[in-house]
Amino acid sequence: MTRVGVLVFPGSCDDRDALRAVELMGAEPARIWHGDDDLGGADAVIVPGGFSFGDHLRCGALAALSPAMAAVRAHADAGGPVLGICNGFQVLTEAGLLPGILRPNAGLRFRCHDAPLLAERESAWLPGVRAGDVLTIPIKHHDGGWFAPAEQVAELERRGQVLLRYAENPNGSVGSIACVTNERGNVAGLMPHPEHAVDPLLGSTDGRRLLQGLLDLARTPVPA
Amino acid sequence: MTVRPREGILDPQGEALRRSLAGLGYDVADVRAGKVFDLEIEAPDEADARRIADEISERVLSNPLIEDYRVGA
Repeated sequence: MTRVGVLVFPGSCDDRDALRAVELMGAEPARIWHGDDDLGGADAVIVPGGFSFGDHLRCGALAALSPAMAAVRAHADAGGPVLGICNGFQVLTEAGLLPGILRPNAGLRFRCHDAPLLAERESAWLPGVRAGDVLTIPIKHHDGGWFAPAEQVAELERRGQVLLRYAENPNGSVGSIACVTNERGNVAGLMPHPEHAVDPLLGSTDGRRLLQGLLDLARTPVPA
Repeated sequence: MTVRPREGILDPQGEALRRSLAGLGYDVADVRAGKVFDLEIEAPDEADARRIADEISERVLSNPLIEDYRVGA
């Protein structure tokens, strides 16, 4: 069974939903404390949402320096899949594992609602999804404006590292970009919460696509 | 150390401040909101302390994508 490690920092709050979502997907969830220096044999990693270290300094900046993140870096360097959600996306950008940075929402409002997302392309991260498909996944954040310099954005677009765009830009993200990967394609991050969209009772199960992508990538590692 | 948003980067906090100031009747063209850090560093001399402060500013206190930093007053 695929073992999915979910990091826990002081101030994480979506770790439990992520663990539950992993279980619903038929995989084995495992908690990884931020002070641990190994991933306990995890095949895939989720860096969950929340407010790690109180969002002090910059969102995700202090969590990016933790021992567990050094282990996540080694896992990613070996081709293992890593998914960063919300604060986890912020942590991965601050750790330099994903491009760009998340800034306060344009308009400085906390946005909490379902967000329609347009699939930019077919991807191992989105099994069964075709370019132009719409996924509905909720957002809940204040610091979700993704930013990178224009020349870097052009490079990411050219390499196919943009997976999802907001149908309506809720936070001022450059190019309405909602989900990006690293160059190798084994690390992905997004502000919307796939782990909150896994049960029909809560309106959408589109989050399962990304989680399935994470599990698929754990079985077929991405070559360097 | 002082850390502030880079030139040309939209600063939502600064912009919110500018609008509030305009509401009070202050005609301010631009506001940039940054952070100030005071660090006590043990080092053999000032040059060494500055080198460490530079390193910390670059690696941790600022994100070079969006921020510039300055060490010293």
